[in-house]
Amino acid sequence: MSVASQEKELESVTIRFAGDSGDGMQLTGDQFTDTSALMGNDIATLPDFPAEIRAPQGTLPGVSSFQIQFSKKEVFTAGDEPDVLVVMNPAALKVNLNDLQPGGLIVLNTDSFTEDNLKKAGWKSNPLEDSTLRDYSLVKVPFSSLTRNALAESKIKPSEIDRCKNFFALGLMFWMYGRSMDHTIKWIQEKFAKKPEIAEANLMALKAGYNYGDITEAAPSRFIVKKAVISPGTYRKITGNEATALGIIAVAQLTGKEVLYGSYPITPASNILHELSKRKNFNVKTFQAEDEIAACGAALGASFGGHIGMTATSGPGVCLKSEMINLAVMVELPLVILNIQRGGPSTGLPTKTEQSDLLQVMFGRNGDSPVAVVAASTPSDCFDLIIEAARLAIKYMTPVFFLSDGYLANGAEPWRLPRIEDLPKIKIEHPQYTGSPFLPYLRDEKTLARPWAVPGTPGLEHRIGGIEKADKTGGVSYDPDNHQRMTELRRDKIRRIADDIPLAKVFGEPKGKVLVLGWGGTYGTLYAAVSELQSEGKKVSSCHLTHLNPFPRNLGAVLKSFETILVPELNMGQLLFLIRAEFEGIHAVGYNRVKGQPFKIKEIKQAIQGLL
Amino acid sequence: MTTQTAPIRYSKDDFVSGQDVRWCPGCGDYAILSVMQKTLADLPIKREEHMFISGIGCSSRFPYYMNTYGFHTIHGRAPAIATGLKCVRPELTVWVVTGDGDGLSIGGNHLIHCLRRNVNLKIILVNNQIYGLTKGQYSPTSEKGKLTKSTPYGSIDYPINPLCIAIAAEATFIARTVDSDPRHMGQVLARAAQHRGVAFIEIYQNCIIFNKDCFQPIVGREFREDRALYLEDGKPLIFGKKRDKGIRMNGFKTEIVDLGDSGVDGKNLLMHSEHDASPNYAYLLTQMEYPEMPVPFGIFRCIEKPTYDEMLNDQVKFAVEKKGKGNLKDILYTEDVWTVGSNG
Repeated sequence: MSVASQEKELESVTIRFAGDSGDGMQLTGDQFTDTSALMGNDIATLPDFPAEIRAPQGTLPGVSSFQIQFSKKEVFTAGDEPDVLVVMNPAALKVNLNDLQPGGLIVLNTDSFTEDNLKKAGWKSNPLEDSTLRDYSLVKVPFSSLTRNALAESKIKPSEIDRCKNFFALGLMFWMYGRSMDHTIKWIQEKFAKKPEIAEANLMALKAGYNYGDITEAAPSRFIVKKAVISPGTYRKITGNEATALGIIAVAQLTGKEVLYGSYPITPASNILHELSKRKNFNVKTFQAEDEIAACGAALGASFGGHIGMTATSGPGVCLKSEMINLAVMVELPLVILNIQRGGPSTGLPTKTEQSDLLQVMFGRNGDSPVAVVAASTPSDCFDLIIEAARLAIKYMTPVFFLSDGYLANGAEPWRLPRIEDLPKIKIEHPQYTGSPFLPYLRDEKTLARPWAVPGTPGLEHRIGGIEKADKTGGVSYDPDNHQRMTELRRDKIRRIADDIPLAKVFGEPKGKVLVLGWGGTYGTLYAAVSELQSEGKKVSSCHLTHLNPFPRNLGAVLKSFETILVPELNMGQLLFLIRAEFEGIHAVGYNRVKGQPFKIKEIKQAIQGLL
Repeated sequence: MTTQTAPIRYSKDDFVSGQDVRWCPGCGDYAILSVMQKTLADLPIKREEHMFISGIGCSSRFPYYMNTYGFHTIHGRAPAIATGLKCVRPELTVWVVTGDGDGLSIGGNHLIHCLRRNVNLKIILVNNQIYGLTKGQYSPTSEKGKLTKSTPYGSIDYPINPLCIAIAAEATFIARTVDSDPRHMGQVLARAAQHRGVAFIEIYQNCIIFNKDCFQPIVGREFREDRALYLEDGKPLIFGKKRDKGIRMNGFKTEIVDLGDSGVDGKNLLMHSEHDASPNYAYLLTQMEYPEMPVPFGIFRCIEKPTYDEMLNDQVKFAVEKKGKGNLKDILYTEDVWTVGSNG
């Protein structure tokens, strides 16, 4: 058949795969992503899954989805609205239909539109038979029965055959978007190496789906999305949590120290623990503790021992660790606390994204207890920022919070790999006995950091603890003037970090009417919205913070150069609160949403335009 | 690092820090501190390799008074911090000092998990059956009906037995001693220091202000021989001023048997063994309580089992042997990379 006549070239495509949480949608999306990345597209992804491992089959709460935007241009988000919706059952259609572009394409598994499934999903009549879908293009494919036919000769159980249908769907999508099957074929062979009959079945389903596209005219057309023009370099696909784990390994290598990673399983931080626990030959030890407190305590114990303690969690875990973090503030030992934020308060929305723990990490401790805070902007940025967190923790002998979020943790993008020799150097000096009594709180004049004496060093035996310390000697002190002085020293030490971090950069004109100020995982959306408006000739600039405490030295001057600061946040106005408190005389307004989902470019553009 | 060619000679004073000791006059902690300093002076371990980690409470001030490395942490969490320290510095000798409130109330969870993991730590639980630092509330080891500021009608909590917790968590070294018997305490501490694995030592301690003489009926000079039973490995359970009473089994319980003039022969007395792999016998000993039975002191259990810190480091060694020392470049630049040339 003459394929060429039916091929259409597109700049970008956003596909959402949606199905039951047992349908393998995350895996299908991952495979499509890997292949698109390897084929040279720019990509961004948004996995979205329920907190329940298997919610009742076929119901709305059980729907799991994975969205990918792939493009020949640079992309900054997983796309506002999908162009294509691949749905495995009526529940997935119900949950996702409203997000689809007007006139978008729906590829659906007709076999699953049974009376029973329609009822479970709350469809009053069959949307395949009424007018619900009249404004969309439909590709109706009986995925289940076609998979069964393709695997008629297979020896595996019928239930296992049924589970192969996601590969059939993936094969069809590969054909529709001109993707190669090579990567997925190799992946299946490796993944199921010990179960050759399952590997064979999945391969057959994949190829059957691909061939189905090729030989039938089910799909309206084939679409081509060419390679993206991006900076030269070596790339790989990376999620935020993967980048974080690699960054932690880098910290161990850059410092020549062991990292003790204390953690208690919690969504969405756990897969950093999984990743690191495989890497015992990289000087990283993992400790799955009995609770969040012990995870943090063990990390602090390791820092006391002269190595690098890190502990990861999400907001609820930070609540539990707070007392231990405060101890680290008092004893002035390096400690990196990773908060992979999720929807709150309390258990909140475990699998959904939010950036509502900023004020918690800033202030959630008793006493005047300052800590440094950094936040990653993109999945790959997690690598750089976790190294930065460790650098600051060691140089300033302080706890440092590293903030990521559910969206960054699970979202993927291509990462231009750094050259090992370009990574920051992290210098560590431990004191030795000099003949005079050791003063554990004698500070470095520039950084105000105290010396990090390693237990086992003769002559430096000393005691530290949570009771207020006497300046220099570190002895127990209840002296009023000493407490005032030590409180100021702890504050000033964190403030001085501002001399050691990059200045805030403005994207666009350095002054004007509106500045969009953001932090964390909203970077992609805010950047895309501002750059689209700029290319439409609108006067708007943006600034994205990676250092939240202390702020960059020039931030006040930057903010005062604009009439209005728009602060979009996936919380109810936390950075907004901080900048209003810190910088008098600025006019700042918030744009705040807590729906468990990233911002859409469209809504940010609207919010900006409302101020122009 | 703990091995050395020439023995180090320390005196007790080498372990005395400059800080003023601020326990109440007559507090049992003074005796514990003194015995600890003396015991460490006699051990073949360098001073800089001893760590004292504590939580919150009177006894948790201990590290300030020891001229070693010390960390006075937060309430109940010392075992967690000590575990992290041991993970990265297994060669150090790490002591945890805790109390009945710190270790069994707010920190009960960490204690259990630290014991079950067999982290190579020495845990001293100073038990005075009262909250001293907060000025006299009942503790988890206080007897039921205890009248305190927070229980004016008497406490209605049933007390917990520290050694039962240790046995339930299968600690590998379990002992009990008392502040008023420095010689016995010294022997127990020295044995704990030599144990490879977690050591749990309960020390009966007299809080002179808020719970004065609570152990006096057991360990008072005039009662001790009849109401305390000193355990000796491989020897029958015998006690009494005249060494005329023994312990034997009656069904699933222990009972006292009068030895009379004929000695132990034919009495079927329990023989003490520290090395029984099963915790059943040690548990039985913990159930011997005043006033029905004499209260055992000494080493209830001492068995060998691989330690957490050892196994953690073995896994690291295994991974390095199998995969080689990890190189960052290799895991950054995996086989899934692609290259974009300058022409895009």
